[in-house]
Amino acid sequence: MTDPEVAEADRPTLAVRAAAPVSALGRLVLDTVGGAGRLALFALNGLSHLLRPPFYWRNFLSAFFEFAFYSLPVVALTAIFSGMVIALQSYTGFSRFNAQSAIADIVVLSVVRELGPVLAGLMVAGRVGAAMAAEIGTMRVTDQVDALGTLSTNPMKYLVAPRLLAGLLALPLLVVVADILGVMGGFIVSVVKLGFSPAAYVANTFSFVQPMDVIVGLAKAGAFGFLIALMGCYNGYHSRGGAQGVGASTTSAVVAASILILCFDYVLTEMFFSR
Amino acid sequence: MNGPTTRIGVPKIRIRGLSKSFGPKRVLDGIDLDVHPGTSTVVIGGSGSGKSVLLRCILGLIEPDAGTIEIDGVDVLAQGRRDQEATRERIGMLFQNGALFDSLPVWENVAFGLLARRKGRRMSRTAARQRAGQVLTQVGLDPSVGNLQPSELSGGMQKRVGLARAIAAQPEILFFDEPTTGLDPIMGAVIDGLIVDCVKRLGSTALAITHDMASATRIGDRAAMLYQGRLVWQGEAASLLHSGNPLVDQFTHGRREGPIGMELRR
Ligand SMILES: Nc1ncnc2c1ncn2[C@@H]1O[C@H](COP(=O)(O)OP(=O)(O)O)[C@@H](O)[C@H]1O
Ligand SMILES: [Mg+2]
Repeated sequence: MTDPEVAEADRPTLAVRAAAPVSALGRLVLDTVGGAGRLALFALNGLSHLLRPPFYWRNFLSAFFEFAFYSLPVVALTAIFSGMVIALQSYTGFSRFNAQSAIADIVVLSVVRELGPVLAGLMVAGRVGAAMAAEIGTMRVTDQVDALGTLSTNPMKYLVAPRLLAGLLALPLLVVVADILGVMGGFIVSVVKLGFSPAAYVANTFSFVQPMDVIVGLAKAGAFGFLIALMGCYNGYHSRGGAQGVGASTTSAVVAASILILCFDYVLTEMFFSR
Repeated sequence: MNGPTTRIGVPKIRIRGLSKSFGPKRVLDGIDLDVHPGTSTVVIGGSGSGKSVLLRCILGLIEPDAGTIEIDGVDVLAQGRRDQEATRERIGMLFQNGALFDSLPVWENVAFGLLARRKGRRMSRTAARQRAGQVLTQVGLDPSVGNLQPSELSGGMQKRVGLARAIAAQPEILFFDEPTTGLDPIMGAVIDGLIVDCVKRLGSTALAITHDMASATRIGDRAAMLYQGRLVWQGEAASLLHSGNPLVDQFTHGRREGPIGMELRR
């Protein structure tokens, strides 16, 4: 750490100063590893409650609806406009090379593989992840979570497990819709604005997309849905200190879920699409 | 200073050497307390003195650092998860701010514990709803209140619903965390009266914590004072106002001068 040119007397302070970022980094790493460990234990604990009865169907269904139904409008709009903008962008690019016919290919692959799951994930993280953290956080700071424990009900089983399952199952469903609407957005722009033949566009779309593209896209969506629910529950469950604490955990839930979605997107893409 | 009372028979709740710290802060520092079957004990103490932590430890919501807690002579801290859940089913708790589930209507709040029991002992929804109506009547509310949401209730009504939820399963043991805090004096007296009635009717053993002296003498048979993590005085609740203990005297009479410094108020 120390520089040999530096005078003897200055060394300790310099060494300390030089070490400060290192020790801060070390602390950050330790905190992150510790946090990841606690998060993983929380996730496993939540999942393990799915295997043991009772299962709270009503909580599962209401979380599922929150995910799938109420998020549908925002996800649908996002998907349509992304499909449209990709068609437009790739046309301006490809027309220079006379490769316009590749537009259908570009639209369907980017929507199904990436944009559908990622944009739906980010939208739902902001909507449902935040709401989950706020709801569970409020229950925590008003002692409702503890009250469950005194009424023969395990809060992990009652609050967390149904939401994790709902996230895992609902987001793929939402992404199916997003995929269809995204492709439709591309179709509209290509046919109406760029003058493609509708039949050729549809034929191109179906000839390019492979079942594997769709399946991996939906698997991504499942992973993202799980992460959104996990971050919402985890941050809400560990809320502290009144309204301010609940606000802070809501923010963390959305930020953490969004970052994790983008990280996992890269990892999953690396695993399945790059050979 | 009176030690733990020596009475014949096994105490319902027996606490020895209970300690709990949060970080450097020693909240409970060797608590010894006996609560005898069918009696009510109130623990008084300032805000932040650890009264709620004491109840949470007995309920198993907080794990203490040291000490033993026995219920009917069984060490509950040494129990497995299943047995601990079974023990918890025998305790009803009225939380400080009610802690009603705001996503559920009032009747489902009251019947929650009945619906949540393990298969075999679980009530049907119709039966539970009917039972909720009965319990609401017991706490002086009309059964039609069951159809409202908790957010539609006044503070006094919320306390009553919280009490109804605590007694619905007819528990052997009842805990009350500051039952009159936040209520006007008349409503406080009404709630105290309901608490005494319910405890009598069920024949339960009660442990209440409060910093309301009127409430303490109304609810309690026995009383204890928690100060700096220890029970500094135990005796008959009726003698609270003339205990002869300087700490209790200052607290019960609300004097600014005395052995209790202002650090208590932090
Ligand atoms: N889960 C917790 N984590 C950290 N500190 C806590 C926790 N619960 C209580 N405390 C601290 O313990 C002290 C006693 O709290 P409490 O039992 O709620 O007081 P009261 O006597 O007013 O009910 C307070 O100073 C509080 O900050
Ligand atoms: Mg308290």
